[in-house]
Amino acid sequence: MSAIEVRSIVKKFGQFVAVNGISFAVEKGEIFGLLGPNGAGKSTLIRMLTTLLPPTSGTALVNGFDVSTHADDVRRAIGVIPQAMTSDLELSVEENLIIFAKLYGVPRPRRRQLIDELLEAVQLTEWRHAPVKHLSGGMRRRVEIARGLVHEPRVFFLDEPTTGLDPVSRAAVWEMLRKVKAERDLTVLITTHYMDEADKLCDRIAIVDHGELKALDSPLRLKASIPSNNTLDVSFSSTPAGWIAALEGLPGVDSVAGEDQLFRISTRNGPATTLALMEAAGRAQIAVQSLSVQSTTLDDVFVHYTGRGLRDALQDAAPKDSAFMLRRG
Amino acid sequence: MGRTWAMIERELRRFRRSPMLIMVSLVFPIVQLVVLGYAFGGNVKHLKLAIVDQDHGVPAVRVHELASAASAGARTIDVLDYTDQGRAVGDLRNGLVNGVLTIPPDFSRRVLAKDAPRLALIEDNTDSFVSVALAGTMGGLIAAYPVPAKVPRLGLEPALDVVEVYPYVPYVQYLLPGSVVMSIFMMVMIGGGIIFIDDKARGLHEGYLVTPITKFELIAGFNVSGTIKAVLAGMFLIIIGSFIAGVPNPLGLVRLFRLLVVVIVTAFALISLMFLLMVRVTDPLLPRAIFGVLNTLLYFPSGAVYPQQGFPTWMQYIAVADPFTYAVHAFKNLLLKNTGFEAILFDLGFLLVFSVVSMSAATLLFKRTL
Repeated sequence: MSAIEVRSIVKKFGQFVAVNGISFAVEKGEIFGLLGPNGAGKSTLIRMLTTLLPPTSGTALVNGFDVSTHADDVRRAIGVIPQAMTSDLELSVEENLIIFAKLYGVPRPRRRQLIDELLEAVQLTEWRHAPVKHLSGGMRRRVEIARGLVHEPRVFFLDEPTTGLDPVSRAAVWEMLRKVKAERDLTVLITTHYMDEADKLCDRIAIVDHGELKALDSPLRLKASIPSNNTLDVSFSSTPAGWIAALEGLPGVDSVAGEDQLFRISTRNGPATTLALMEAAGRAQIAVQSLSVQSTTLDDVFVHYTGRGLRDALQDAAPKDSAFMLRRG
Repeated sequence: MGRTWAMIERELRRFRRSPMLIMVSLVFPIVQLVVLGYAFGGNVKHLKLAIVDQDHGVPAVRVHELASAASAGARTIDVLDYTDQGRAVGDLRNGLVNGVLTIPPDFSRRVLAKDAPRLALIEDNTDSFVSVALAGTMGGLIAAYPVPAKVPRLGLEPALDVVEVYPYVPYVQYLLPGSVVMSIFMMVMIGGGIIFIDDKARGLHEGYLVTPITKFELIAGFNVSGTIKAVLAGMFLIIIGSFIAGVPNPLGLVRLFRLLVVVIVTAFALISLMFLLMVRVTDPLLPRAIFGVLNTLLYFPSGAVYPQQGFPTWMQYIAVADPFTYAVHAFKNLLLKNTGFEAILFDLGFLLVFSVVSMSAATLLFKRTL
């Protein structure tokens, strides 16, 4: 049995289709990423899976329970970190955990033990009595992670858990997630619009755009699935006539773009193309002034499957997001 | 019930950590009680009365003496002598004096002839409080003038003797019941309205909605915690306000118990009303925007500051549906008359029915999802 199984799920707000017939399954123990820009439908999808929004059509099973018909069973099985920081700022770290443990009905002796363990796991033991409002953004996120695990859930949902955090705090949150996932045998579903986060953290990634699933696989397979998986940026001392054609004839090359002495070469085989390039330059007695080889990134994957860069998509999504929020409000 | 208590615990812990919120919500009704109580409750004094004596006879001098005696005694009026009627009226129009008492040239003759002597009081009636006070003072003064207009044909005239059941109630005491209800409402408005919507907008409610807490437990948690906070505010104002207003025996245990019951019922009625109003609201500005309107609409028609018998018909309709009306009436009975529950059973019944109806409607409207 999969930890999460989504079948043709749809969510409409009036005429606006936020999620359009998405299907996928998340296996137990996986870290599964939903990657896409703001407004892609990731948060709506996670809200349906966490029983916060009823689906318009389709079904979703979480830990074997239907989110529409067995919502309470789903709620007992999941831990959720919403996109907004939802801890009580006036309460201390420990008080936040105690209140949520009580809301989940965790018995008192187990509650005490779990809170101690979780504070240790998220490295906040020495801050347990500090009001949350006195903590940094990264520490608050760690409080939320501990809070989401205070009832020992089987499936853990995190909606953009590192948005707004600095790179050091983001790395700390990733590390924390890997650790608690391994220690507690969790299945994790995470939404993000950070490519590096999805790449480094997730076992599999679903690329979502305009409410539709565009691609789903492991980061490595996704990168390998697109035609070019290396980019060579190279500059030469001079370029004889017909030099672009010579570059296009190198092994593995898909395309060559450039002007003057500076070129960008997309290739399916970075090492072979690089070797052939150096040999061709030697034969033509042209000096290679600079050369860098880049692997295919998830951004390239995103461009391939959605037709636009994630950064562009993020900028495009901003006004749509506002309209969506107003509509929902 | 454990989850409900968790919600209550959370709210009360947050409340305890917000001393400024406590201060503001408790101090405002006290400030209102003191300022309004003493601003409206005092006797009007030192009204400038211009006397234009066109007669100069002995009876006219007697009138002048009576006015001067009132000036020296109760100090309601300060007497200013004018010789020119036109100048006196001009000063009245310019706000230099509050009234002009004219003693006409034939006043003494009419007094001596027992021929219905008349005096004229010209008032600036743009300020009704001042004109009523001046007319009242001068009416009493003229009534004391020892000139029987005619000898009564009957030996006995009917007389009315007024007996007051309760000791004198200064206005600040009269205002106290309304201020107690206002303090409860303030806490309900801040805790049940503004903070509830702010939490919703900040996404805090999402945190609860993903837990297995039921709709009933969630609503009970919000409302019982709001009621507890409002009860604390109400009892605080009853005790402090009773001392400020000079209510006799403010710490009498039996009366305090009765007051506590009314405070609890009132707090629950108002939190139910607030929850009904806010249950579908998501914009944090809305509760702030309607606060003033709601306050005016509930407080003033309730009879807290002025008797409802003086209201126009449409406002009396509002008063009938206004939970403040019944809460103020109950508190007036307990605080000013020290009655038992038998005098306020209808008020308690109305507030309980109002609570049940409002809470039921709010529960129907409350969504367990976003």
